[in-house]
Amino acid sequence: MRLDILNHGYRPGTKVLFAAVRLFSGQPMPDAAKLVFYRPDFYGARAKEFTHRAIRGPSEWSVGDRELMAAYVSKVNESAFCVGAHTATATRAYQDESLVTAVLADLETAPVSEPLRATLRMLGELTREGDIGAEDMRRVLAAGVTPQQVKDALAVCAAFNTTDRLADVFGFELLSPEGFAAGAKYLLKRGYR
Amino acid sequence: MPEDEKWATHQALVNRVLDGEGRASARQRARAFSNDGLSPPLDALIGKVVDRPAEVTEADLAAAKASGCTEDQIFELVVCAAVGHSARLYDAGLVALAEATAAERPGHAT
Repeated sequence: MRLDILNHGYRPGTKVLFAAVRLFSGQPMPDAAKLVFYRPDFYGARAKEFTHRAIRGPSEWSVGDRELMAAYVSKVNESAFCVGAHTATATRAYQDESLVTAVLADLETAPVSEPLRATLRMLGELTREGDIGAEDMRRVLAAGVTPQQVKDALAVCAAFNTTDRLADVFGFELLSPEGFAAGAKYLLKRGYR
Repeated sequence: MPEDEKWATHQALVNRVLDGEGRASARQRARAFSNDGLSPPLDALIGKVVDRPAEVTEADLAAAKASGCTEDQIFELVVCAAVGHSARLYDAGLVALAEATAAERPGHAT
């Protein structure tokens, strides 16, 4: 990463953990996972809790739907690391690579439900423009999305607008397809905590 | 703001980065969070974190360091800027939802 402290500034026990992950998984600890161990009291501890609740907490959206929202928001932000990580995780959650690829290529023609399409469209607009109007939100509700589902989607959007920025600014190193796949497996098994 | 458990968890993160102990002053962190009022070259770095994060370069971070910021201070200010932008998006979405549902009720039972 671009700051030396994010590469070398970890506590001894944390460095041992990183080494163990590399040894047992055969993959380096992804920078996204490392970052939350850096001075966790400042950012990582609360960020992990929020991201976990947003993507794994109770919701009418499935885990796959919410991982797809993470991938889609990251695509709008052009955050290569997060697109790779959450494309892999959504693909594994849905067990459907073509669906995820289709949504990221062209949301309007992708074979997803109308409520999910309307929600992704709204998250894209909010992320791109920095604001959203009541009229846009009425269209989402008219597509059959409940107010609670909108709130849950907004939480995913907030989590990934932060993570995308940190990934790009701190320069998270892109992983190989095998590395992203291993990360996806871990995230679906253990979550973000 | 509506009380929602996820929103409250996000608010705990917001409160921590703004008001908790830090290497950068609370005033600088608040300025990074709101992307407003920082002096050069930090204003340029933080502006890019918010609007064009993919365009941030090593040179932007080097300029911040050359101006006297430590890496820990830069870490905190970048986190504050990213969390601040997300908080604004989150709140804008919730406000639009509140307006949409308030206006919807009289005419549409569903």
